[in-house]
Amino acid sequence: MSHIPADRRYAKSHEWVRLLPDGRVEIGITDHAQQALGDLVFVEVPEPGRVLGAGEACAVVESVKAASDVYSPIAGTVLENNADLGGAPELINQDCYGKGWMMRLQPVSPDALDALLGPEAYAAQLAAEGG
Amino acid sequence: MGRKTPLHEQHVALGARMVDFGGWDMPVNYGSQIEEHHQVRRAAGIFDVSHMCVIDVRGRDSRGFLRRLLANDVDKLQAPGKALYSCMLNADGGVLDDLIVYFMNDEWFRIVVNAGTRDSDLVWIRARAREELAHFEIIERVDLAMFAVQGPTARAKVVDLLEPIDREATPALQPFAGRFCGEWFVARTGYTGEDGYEIMLPFEEISAAWLALVAAGVAPCGLGARDTLRLEAGMNLYGNDMSERTHPLESGLAWTVAFEPASRDFIGREALEHIREAGGGTRKLVGLVLEDRGVLRSHQKVLIDGVGEGEITSGTFSPTLERSIALARVPRATGASVQVDIRGKLLPARVVKPPFVRHGRALISL
Repeated sequence: MSHIPADRRYAKSHEWVRLLPDGRVEIGITDHAQQALGDLVFVEVPEPGRVLGAGEACAVVESVKAASDVYSPIAGTVLENNADLGGAPELINQDCYGKGWMMRLQPVSPDALDALLGPEAYAAQLAAEGG
Repeated sequence: MGRKTPLHEQHVALGARMVDFGGWDMPVNYGSQIEEHHQVRRAAGIFDVSHMCVIDVRGRDSRGFLRRLLANDVDKLQAPGKALYSCMLNADGGVLDDLIVYFMNDEWFRIVVNAGTRDSDLVWIRARAREELAHFEIIERVDLAMFAVQGPTARAKVVDLLEPIDREATPALQPFAGRFCGEWFVARTGYTGEDGYEIMLPFEEISAAWLALVAAGVAPCGLGARDTLRLEAGMNLYGNDMSERTHPLESGLAWTVAFEPASRDFIGREALEHIREAGGGTRKLVGLVLEDRGVLRSHQKVLIDGVGEGEITSGTFSPTLERSIALARVPRATGASVQVDIRGKLLPARVVKPPFVRHGRALISL
């Protein structure tokens, strides 16, 4: 059973977005996504300053099996990426909602989060996918 | 739904992630593929390989038939139980499959072929058999199942399961040799670069054997770990590293083609002799180690400065080396370093001679 915290919102493509108190947002991939990928061995995250559109492929997670794109759920500018993932991609397997965060953005519009799925809607999507 | 092995229920009960492999429902992992890989390098793992196809060739002309059918020479097999790795070629020298052939006795050989080529192999072998006026039969052994136990403690774990009468001769088997223990055929072969056995046994007996070995602490391992282990061991995977469109001399398999004695007319010989006289062909299969972080994958383009281009045939992250490794088919003039195009970025890789890892130890410098 996959874990879906209530304090954030979700993209259909299995990323999560958490609004931080200062208006920035933190992005990573969901528990369902990390389980489906298996052991991660390489993560490529976008450089600070990069401007991302909503739905843009901006990072890559590679497991022993395959490489998968990660899409930015909302539009914004990259402020920081999680440098720890370079040496320890398994942080995403171990703690995808915490130490396994991938990047922090300055969103174009904080309202953009409203267009994403809430935890119940994301859970319903997983159930519909059979996961 | 694909075909199921007799261990299907065990895999599901262990929480395996199941995938389609050559038309079969097979476990890719039971949790962590990397952990399964390490278990085989450090202790022992067990693999369900019942999807592979066991074919018996029986009759007094079996040896003569196999000397024509296979690129390696079964005349190297004189002691009962001895095994040989060989390619089966078409007339153009293209690889139809790779297989292991076991010599049981003068009227009985056994071959084990890949799951994905099972049906086409049987059609090919039976068609070639019909061309011969000779005495032998081709028997697909659908009554047998197969598992592999691999790793430094693998042999001891298996021997504990055997009847007392088999507990001396079985551990004494040399690499690439097997023997019957009752109805089980236990061979010291494998596809991981570790010591261990592959065991063929009656379909209905595999469940109990599997459960006993898992209870004895042998880790169930899926096809995912099997692939990273074989690639570290520098072993080709049919369909990735060679196929009907490539010949053994450009697939790192020249050592498996027995050109001597010159009088043996095996299928594909004439084509390979032409290629050999012309210098062995324009391409070769090499090992690559990625210098930077990233993961090499099959079909990525390889660029060799001043020489040309090649392609990765199998690539992965090596859990033992913690680096990405690959097999690649490149121009014969390729030297010590290449670049690989990974999503539009050119990353440097070093050319090495496989295997990368054997018996738990790195064989290349990092």
